[in-house]
Amino acid sequence: MARKVVITGLGATTPIGGDVPTMWKNALTGVSGAHTLEDEWVARYDLPVTFAARCSTPALDVLGRVEAKRMDPSTQFGVIAAREAWADSGITEIDHDRLAVAFATGIGGVWTLLDAWDTLKEKGPRRVLPMTVPMLMPNGVAAAVSLDLGARAGAHTPVSACASGTEALHQGLELIRSGKADVVMCGGAEAAIHPMPLAAFSSMQALSRRNDDPEHASRPYDIDRDGFVMGEGAGALVLEAEEHALARGARIYAELAGTSVTADAYHITAPDPEGLGATRALKAAMFDGRIQAEDVVHVNAHATSTPVGDKPEYTALRAALGKHVDNVAVSATKSQMGHLLGASGAVEAVLTVLAVYERQAPVTINLENQDPEIPLDVVTSARELPAGDIVALSNSFGFGGHNAVIAVRSL
Amino acid sequence: MASNEEILAGLAEIVNEETGLAPEAVELDKSFTEDLDIDSISMMTIVVNAEEKFGVRIPDEEVKNLKTVGDAVSYIANAQS
Repeated sequence: MARKVVITGLGATTPIGGDVPTMWKNALTGVSGAHTLEDEWVARYDLPVTFAARCSTPALDVLGRVEAKRMDPSTQFGVIAAREAWADSGITEIDHDRLAVAFATGIGGVWTLLDAWDTLKEKGPRRVLPMTVPMLMPNGVAAAVSLDLGARAGAHTPVSACASGTEALHQGLELIRSGKADVVMCGGAEAAIHPMPLAAFSSMQALSRRNDDPEHASRPYDIDRDGFVMGEGAGALVLEAEEHALARGARIYAELAGTSVTADAYHITAPDPEGLGATRALKAAMFDGRIQAEDVVHVNAHATSTPVGDKPEYTALRAALGKHVDNVAVSATKSQMGHLLGASGAVEAVLTVLAVYERQAPVTINLENQDPEIPLDVVTSARELPAGDIVALSNSFGFGGHNAVIAVRSL
Repeated sequence: MASNEEILAGLAEIVNEETGLAPEAVELDKSFTEDLDIDSISMMTIVVNAEEKFGVRIPDEEVKNLKTVGDAVSYIANAQS
């Protein structure tokens, strides 16, 4: 029988809280992390979208000035979340050769890359900083976390756009099940609130244009949703072989019971309208965790608030869970913190684990007129989850047709 | 043109900015690698910042000869004159 994998540490820095306790408190109340951007470059480039969801605690308030200088902002967020998760796990002694990292990003060091390009154009090659390459590489965050923890059983960087963070948990589970590691620091980090990605996402009509009302712009499942809101931050989870956690008397939040990754092979950006790839991912994660539809009480949905994305996910949930989908409490937490791209799956995994552990589902805000084509039971005020054995799912889908699902079981 | 004392003070400021070392730890007889624990990537950043601050050019092949803070101060002073 496969090794059982449990979650023993959580960390996050997000637009609705710079650490897990703050984020969780806000997630249950329902707040918006989206605000008008005050940066001069918004006007300089006449950006069509003038708001985003910034991390509520700037990275430089947490990290030392010198260590921060050697990290892209995405890596700064990742290291902050990983340190919180590590401290939360209570691990003090470990065989570092059995500790791995699976830390994702969707875009990587985009600030570093574009700053260096600006420097090259304005000041010439001599002024391009020698740390540019290690700061812009997408594996920079996994490498920095590995260095920080002394994790020597491999440092992996799944890159699958907005499914990356969830895919990191899939990799982490496989590393422990296959015996390649006993503990894996999993997570995702993103920091792409820069004028170029904002312009690029905007030109593909992916972002909400509700510039006059940012707090109400991210509205998954609402009939008036018009795109996602760019967020930033990181989430981190310590995965541990159950016997390893039990041997040290760890506080265990939940079991990571099953995971899956599938690909649509349908279109480079558009989701399969039938949600077939997502359906296969949901079914595969449930099969992996030996989970019946009736076991599932909560879903943290991908639900980005785009007109085309939210409905196929509903179709997939109905196909995978059948009629039981009507009994499932669905939370769309991007309504509060925007879309953290490659970090979103990791942060939502943290929320899903807490939902199972605390028996509370986080809130979906801005749902005023629910799209009649998406008749889900959406959690709009904090709701208790049932006692007994429960399972919660978290979905992530990314450009490229990537689908990733995790299943979290109570213990 | 800056005096040697001014160059040392300016260099100490650059080293502090890059590494967090206290400026008063940056003394003429200190080795960048042995005493100040500055790696090659930080050294290159310090060199480029020093070039900008003092208006000089320090060729890459010269950098390996700048073993101590004093070597760097002398090089910059000569390059300025």
